[in-house]
Amino acid sequence: MPGKTLYDKLWEDHVVHTEDDGSSLIYIDRHLVHEVTSPQAFDGLRLAGRKPWRVDRNLAVADHNVPTTAREQGIADPVSRLQVETLDNNCAEFGITEFAMADPRQGIVHVIGPEQGATLPGMTVVCGDSHTSTHGASGALAFGIGTSEVEHVLATQCLVQKKAKNLLIKLNGPVGLGVTAKDIVLAIIGNIGTAGGNGYTIEFAGEAIRNLSMEGRMTVCNMAIEAGARAGLVAVDEVTIDYYRNRPYSPKGEHWFMAERYWQRLYSDADAVFDKVIELDATAIKPQVTWGTSPELVAAVDGCIPDPMLEAEAGKRQSMQRALEYMGLQAGQAITDIQVDKVFIGSCTNSRIEDLRAAAEIAKGKKIAGNIKLALVVPGSGLVKRQAEAEGLDKIFIEAGFEWREPGCSMCLAMNADKLEEGERCASTSNRNFEGRQGYGGRTHLVSPAMAAAAAVAGHFIDVRQL
Amino acid sequence: MQAFTLLNGLVAPLDRANVDTDAIIPKQFLKSIRRTGFGPYLFDEWRYLNHGEPEMDCSQRPLNMDFVLNKPHYQGAQILLARENFGCGSSREHAPWALEDFGFRAIIAPSFADIFYNNCFKNGVLPIVLPAETVDRLFKELAEGYRLTIDLAAQTITTPSAATLVFAIDETRKHRLLNGLDDIALSLLHADNIAAYENERAKRAPWLFAGNP
Repeated sequence: MPGKTLYDKLWEDHVVHTEDDGSSLIYIDRHLVHEVTSPQAFDGLRLAGRKPWRVDRNLAVADHNVPTTAREQGIADPVSRLQVETLDNNCAEFGITEFAMADPRQGIVHVIGPEQGATLPGMTVVCGDSHTSTHGASGALAFGIGTSEVEHVLATQCLVQKKAKNLLIKLNGPVGLGVTAKDIVLAIIGNIGTAGGNGYTIEFAGEAIRNLSMEGRMTVCNMAIEAGARAGLVAVDEVTIDYYRNRPYSPKGEHWFMAERYWQRLYSDADAVFDKVIELDATAIKPQVTWGTSPELVAAVDGCIPDPMLEAEAGKRQSMQRALEYMGLQAGQAITDIQVDKVFIGSCTNSRIEDLRAAAEIAKGKKIAGNIKLALVVPGSGLVKRQAEAEGLDKIFIEAGFEWREPGCSMCLAMNADKLEEGERCASTSNRNFEGRQGYGGRTHLVSPAMAAAAAVAGHFIDVRQL
Repeated sequence: MQAFTLLNGLVAPLDRANVDTDAIIPKQFLKSIRRTGFGPYLFDEWRYLNHGEPEMDCSQRPLNMDFVLNKPHYQGAQILLARENFGCGSSREHAPWALEDFGFRAIIAPSFADIFYNNCFKNGVLPIVLPAETVDRLFKELAEGYRLTIDLAAQTITTPSAATLVFAIDETRKHRLLNGLDDIALSLLHADNIAAYENERAKRAPWLFAGNP
């Protein structure tokens, strides 16, 4: 019998029951809840007179709607306020632990999960949010679900799932200096496309992945969904285990040693069979900048915007043309000639302490360019913010002209007051450059934190490797 | 959930690949804590010439008459013909809620994003995957008043020229959609299995049963 992939092992460990057609009831170890995709699920529970199956497996936080300034004044937008209050009330009614807006642990759901040790290796982790794939960085099977499934997990601690196929993406060799986890994942998406991972769970492997910190691995897995895969994975190693030592929700005492032994088997066997294997040369990856309205429309910073007329496939050509029109760009334009209006450093992709350190290193002792209307730094959690302040990063940003904000999803999807105005162009460390994502008519370029900080200082995209 | 059995419906084409959930229903409408009322905001940024906000009276907003769903002959469409990777992006179930509230009961495309595909089944909306060449042919055939008949039990689509196209679907999903069954009630039939799994797992992984700090 061939060996098992990491995904095979995680799946088998969680099967409660399997139907004849392969649909399985899968047990969920951790359910993360936020304000946007849960109100209708709690309503469903109430209507059916159901209670949560295992209340301690749920952890809630408001992140999408929360303001990043003047928190003590509450939420100004009454619709947003009602949604956050609804989460508070639902958590109180059903006895679910919530990090409320004033809690120092509050932050983006995908930042606080690992930070607290609430999402651990070997777990199944779900949340009504597609970027739940982030938690796969620890060797957990983690994926986003819809609101009906949120209700299903609350009521049964299980989900009905069909097993996905196994895709191995192997990054051979190390990346060069100045090339980050964000550049790796953008290069992968540029290579396989936004539908390349549909129907698969992606395991990221190879030297360039092994060399990443846990936070870098989270950035890569976070964007597995942008490659079409619900879940991304990285095998457990010493980096993983060290990361989870002494986290508030991590196992304690004898449990820690048992967990460590269990986690050490969370890798793909050498003779495991994948449905598909893609190998990429990590040494060839350069800092990346998206130029279109889909994450797959991406170029190296020293490159130019491709010409849609050279694209053979009609559908793709049309998408490229539409993207250029929306983005207000021309084929052949050098990426470094693109000027930006705003800069956003934050989101569940890039708002952890290492991201802020990387951006601060570039911003240190400099000033943002005159054409930059707003440069925001939004830490991923209250604890990230506190750590950054202890290191003096806030002062570096403020002195350079950035605004230092309170934690939340902020301008990644602009559900709060942080947004682009029509036609504004943004260098953003977030994960989606869809039309209108950061504000109606706004134009998003996805980049790494260092590249975003460099664009803020230069006023246009610039290769961080030359700084 | 409403059942899906047989549908004879008008078809509207949306000739774009990678239609994302932000396009299907923009984020400002996700602030609603209700499950209904999203239809007027479906494809909001493409459908209207001005910027939409929650609770806006859409009957007063300027329409983008170039957008396909605003064409008079597609009014009342119940089947959306789409391109590859339809529904990519976020997990928001507001996307199928908006499609369903607008009147769509089926979507035909060469491929769907996984989470969106899954969410459709929870809301009585049938996503049908057909080969890209077949979808392409339907786009070419499509004319004013073009209707398709979808028979879920038989897993067939009948075109106006009486051609029959067969589609694949998981048995479990088909059964639940045909009968409009409640997933949670069905899963709770396995309550004993879930409890047994927990007992066994608590021995193997006791740290997952130690409670929160």
